[in-house]
Amino acid sequence: MEIAGAIITLIGSLFLFLGALGLLRMPDIFNRMQAGTKATTMGTILFLSGIAMGHYESLGAGKILILILFIIFTNPLSSHALSRAAHHIGIPLAKKTVKDDLAKDEKKEEGGQL
Amino acid sequence: MADIIYLIAGAIALAAIVLAFVRMIIGPSSADRVVGLDVMTIISISLIVFLALILERSIYVDIALVYGLISFVGVIAVARYLERGL
Repeated sequence: MEIAGAIITLIGSLFLFLGALGLLRMPDIFNRMQAGTKATTMGTILFLSGIAMGHYESLGAGKILILILFIIFTNPLSSHALSRAAHHIGIPLAKKTVKDDLAKDEKKEEGGQL
Repeated sequence: MADIIYLIAGAIALAAIVLAFVRMIIGPSSADRVVGLDVMTIISISLIVFLALILERSIYVDIALVYGLISFVGVIAVARYLERGL
């Protein structure tokens, strides 16, 4: 059981490292945000559940389960709020971007109000 | 055997914190820096639970929970400030 938990923790740490690498190498802020949020959410879930599997009697696995649920709920929420703010203040997209529906919707909304 | 694998996993997570810190330093806009800080705090939550395992102190799990709560509120506040809503 402890070996299995250790291997799951190792896989989770690899997810965390790849997420941070994507955060460093992606071209614009929205790509960075999706790399840095999805991969680190998955990596944190695997890391914490691996630790809880290996040492459930000494650490208290219930609290780690609450922590995992908390991260699942709040991490996409904060990333969504931040990406909406970044789009609202007009940070430029990457040159390869082919579609931007939020800008079109915002323009249509302003036209309807006027 | 299992302890060595746990230590390797902690070292890889520490390297990930260094990469996110580089993005927080060189980020061109302020939103980039906040994303770097967010990723740094999420990886540090994992590392605090890892420290609770290594040092055998289960009170550190509570500290990780409170740290995640404060990080969430901080990112929401910065996003509202960037959107001129605060």
